[in-house]
Amino acid sequence: MNPVSYERAADVEQAVRMAQQPGARFIGGGTNLLDLMKGGVETPQRLIDISRLPLAAITELPQGGVRIGALARNSDTANHALIRQRYPLLTQAFLSGASPQLRNMATVGGNLMQRTRCYYFYDTAFDMCNKRKPGSGCAAKEGHNRIHAILGASEHCIATNPSDMNVALAALDAVVRVRGADGERAIPIADFHTLPGDTPQRDTTLRPGELILGVDLPPPLFADHAHYLKVRDRASYAFALVSVAAALQMDNGVVRQARIALGGVAHKPWRATAAEALLVGKPLDDALLRQCATAALAGARAYEHNGFKITLAQRAITRAVRIAGQTA
Amino acid sequence: MQNDSSDSGSRKAHPGHSAPDPDLDSDSGSHPSPASISRRGFIQATVATLGGIAAPLGAADAAPAARPAGTAAAAANAMPVVLRINGKEHRLTLEPRVTLLDALREVVGLTGSKKGCDRGQCGACTVLVEGRRINACLTLAVMHEGQEITTIEGLGQADALHPLQAAFIERDAFQCGYCTPGQICSAVGLLKEAAANTASAVTPDVRKIPVVLDDSEIRERMSGNICRCGAYPNIVAAVRDVAGNKA
Repeated sequence: MNPVSYERAADVEQAVRMAQQPGARFIGGGTNLLDLMKGGVETPQRLIDISRLPLAAITELPQGGVRIGALARNSDTANHALIRQRYPLLTQAFLSGASPQLRNMATVGGNLMQRTRCYYFYDTAFDMCNKRKPGSGCAAKEGHNRIHAILGASEHCIATNPSDMNVALAALDAVVRVRGADGERAIPIADFHTLPGDTPQRDTTLRPGELILGVDLPPPLFADHAHYLKVRDRASYAFALVSVAAALQMDNGVVRQARIALGGVAHKPWRATAAEALLVGKPLDDALLRQCATAALAGARAYEHNGFKITLAQRAITRAVRIAGQTA
Repeated sequence: MQNDSSDSGSRKAHPGHSAPDPDLDSDSGSHPSPASISRRGFIQATVATLGGIAAPLGAADAAPAARPAGTAAAAANAMPVVLRINGKEHRLTLEPRVTLLDALREVVGLTGSKKGCDRGQCGACTVLVEGRRINACLTLAVMHEGQEITTIEGLGQADALHPLQAAFIERDAFQCGYCTPGQICSAVGLLKEAAANTASAVTPDVRKIPVVLDDSEIRERMSGNICRCGAYPNIVAAVRDVAGNKA
């Protein structure tokens, strides 16, 4: 790891001010940033320690929604009574990610900023990576691309977003609150993460120096009918090949509202809105589920090794939506 | 145990960087050491005597390749840090980039916490901070000023084992022992989490309380700790024994 300077921010204002310095990066849980620094992928000159800022609270919002502070740890968020009872989908997503030790460290804000696990991004021995070195090319397109994107990729980058939390937040229509030198703004989760396009070096629409304050969840609609299904190479402690966050509002066996978000398939959590629309007003049966799964993967494109993901995602959607329909 | 002598972090003699660290010593605290002189202590004493090199910790690093980045205190941006480890205060001078694991092992001399992958993937470095299990390899020591850090050395003594240490011996829950300190610290965290009715990825309904700590729950909750010898069934049994005793 390169030498780095270290400052502890006393409050949010000071943190934002410190972040304006060249080469500055915030550090919260550090589980992704330090890993990337050890590999030489991230090379900040200054670390601004925000871990002691008062941004870890989880509180109720007036309409029944919940505000999660950016520094709430993944384990604390997953197990907070408000989240477990009102947003079990989010609890499931959190608990399917990483290990207990990492969840005790990792924060909600850091999870939003988690970088891809594309081998070619992570290993600086590879010269080509447009995300790490803009303009250098994409080694994954012609390389081992079993874990890579099948939706929304570009010729410049086929990496995927590794987070489970993000997938649940996408299904729940969360809003990310941030503060920069120019003040505070709110970013809907759908606009927070980006597709690679021709700027794969960017993962999000967060501006340089902006600090994530937290995430707001809208009033809970899906506590009774939600399921997070993660498919991976081993039973625990692995990134998703494909994951599905399915959330339904049911009325006498008929779907009133549906949310489906996919993980492991794109550069951002992927909302399958066309597939959601197909379910509304209908009872869940096998034919409808198949139709829904097909619609969700319309436009999917496989590379040499990841064609299996298209079928896998369809089957995962079918199963996750069916289970969500059953839970009560 | 040799570690008990270190109360300031400024050990006068640093071992002659006999890397790679074999870490086959019996001073991990996970089981009683039968010998009065540990393997590590013997190697260190021998190297210091034969080599005649007793580099003070503040001096330039004699063998940089053998030592984790930043653990020499001479760097310009080294800063004073007070760490509270196993109930004892340690006044250290550390570069910000020094991980908690490197500070524990290389500076304080508490070598019970092991370095496996050093990337948060194996769990060998698991310690407890404020009673919560974390990977010491993926956090900076300077971030933990003022917090209570507990390592395997702080859980039990040779003549008064922690119940989990005793259960690991009883159940033969290790072979080479390298992952064991991390496994035990992790299990201590697990039992505390389970007592608070936290859910896991295999909990059938996360909205329901209490959570029943069956074998599948124990396996999932220990999945952050890899055991290359494959002692998993016995590790699960050891954790189950202690969890059961508590109930």
